[in-house]
Amino acid sequence: MDTLLNNSDLFISGFRNTLILFFFSAIFALVIGIVVGAMRVSPVPIMRGVGTVYVNFIRNTPLTLLMFFFAFGYPKLDLPNPGYTVLAIIALSVYTATYVAEVLRSGFNTVPVGQAEAARAIGLPFGPTMSLVIMPQAFRAVIPPMMSVFIALLKNTTVAAGFSVAEAGTIRANLSERGEPAIVVLLWVAFFFVILVGFLAWLQRSLERRWKVLR
Amino acid sequence: MSSVLYDVPGPRAIRRNRILGVVTILVIAALLTFVVYQFAQTGQFSAAKWRIFSFPLVQQKVLEATIATLTAFGMAAVLSLVLGFVLAIGRLSQHAWIRLPVTWFIELFRAIPVLILMMIMYYGLPPLGVTFVTPLVAVVTGLTLYNGSVLAEVFRAGVESLPSGQKEAGYALGLRKSGVMSLILFPQAIRAMMPVIISQLVVVLKDTALGFIVTFQELLYLAKFYGAQVTYGSPIIPATIVFGTIYIVLCLILAGIAKWVEVRTRRSPKIAKPGKGDADTLEAAKAPFIGQQMGGTAGPIQ
Repeated sequence: MDTLLNNSDLFISGFRNTLILFFFSAIFALVIGIVVGAMRVSPVPIMRGVGTVYVNFIRNTPLTLLMFFFAFGYPKLDLPNPGYTVLAIIALSVYTATYVAEVLRSGFNTVPVGQAEAARAIGLPFGPTMSLVIMPQAFRAVIPPMMSVFIALLKNTTVAAGFSVAEAGTIRANLSERGEPAIVVLLWVAFFFVILVGFLAWLQRSLERRWKVLR
Repeated sequence: MSSVLYDVPGPRAIRRNRILGVVTILVIAALLTFVVYQFAQTGQFSAAKWRIFSFPLVQQKVLEATIATLTAFGMAAVLSLVLGFVLAIGRLSQHAWIRLPVTWFIELFRAIPVLILMMIMYYGLPPLGVTFVTPLVAVVTGLTLYNGSVLAEVFRAGVESLPSGQKEAGYALGLRKSGVMSLILFPQAIRAMMPVIISQLVVVLKDTALGFIVTFQELLYLAKFYGAQVTYGSPIIPATIVFGTIYIVLCLILAGIAKWVEVRTRRSPKIAKPGKGDADTLEAAKAPFIGQQMGGTAGPIQ
């Protein structure tokens, strides 16, 4: 307990940075993921191809490798360098976006084709078909796996610790310099992660229960 | 073919789709050109930066690092499958005093980031007098605890997706619980969840890269080492390209096996053609694991 109380400054700043990484990566991953997901279900074969290549390529790349490229390789390219935190956010977003896209695509696949055909048969144009019939059903199927993706994103932010971003994963290295036992510090970090993940899992369950409909 | 999102395209839609296709090609081509131009501009393609990879000694080191990565992957994969089995059996137990601790164990290790687990092993234990922790041990233990817990849930979901008639028929034949589990439920569950299991093994392979952060001497470690050689012009980008390609190819091979198994099991005559309802349960059983494959989640506790 002393380890935690005496060094609360480092714990607070570490987890604040973790949450910053999580929050911005989640937003950018959603934006990129929606674009890629839309490409993967679009009627244009070339767009589908590009989406598929992106998803398969990035999904089979370790996140550590992406971070590695952005942290060590990118600064050598003579492009404007926004700093390690922003680069980590880019790497996390690019990686997570593929999973967001997959969740969206499988969400659309859960809606039976008959629903869309019925909507078109009664004369609804594209917009209302989407907003009144398809989206409400797909949305419900998307929420639980999407929350899983965000939980995984929260845990993946620790990878940034290896690349000069001062977040929860680096608390140990900093506290070792202050002479604190590493195991106690790490167990506290793990404990806070369990709490954060537990909160997101609780949110996931309550959203799922709220929007569950019988089909 | 009509789909949920769009109808069969008419003449106007076909024209619009063609235009969109051309625009996509242009945008992608522009992006790639920019990246390649920027690489070329900063001399990433110059022979000097690639020379280091032409030395036999370096190539041998690369091979050794690949073997180190594969060793960690192999050990972690086998151990997590074993742990997954044990935990799944405990999780499905009828005795609350077995089921509840196992459930907590699974939920706990799914919630802690793998990297933190590795750090606990590598930095946390040695000061307590534990001496056997090498980076390899830390990486394998971290991966095993996490992926074993995830695989336990996969096995359980597979068992629970089976129609209850399977279990009842087993009991009706006079099989004991162990017989029902090992002869009837698990073989079917494993077959049904095979694609998910192999995708989880891809996660194991990908996550061995985390070993880089706890100084395990695998591919990325070597990439950073060679990338920092000033004599050869700090070829960090060529190193990333070389070592990244090895990683991606390894993962793609494994993912390709997963795809192949999925196609094969779908055609296999050994699996009774499930009715519509059964197929839905199976899809529902697989669905929660989409998120896991990016490195984990704590899904709802059922």
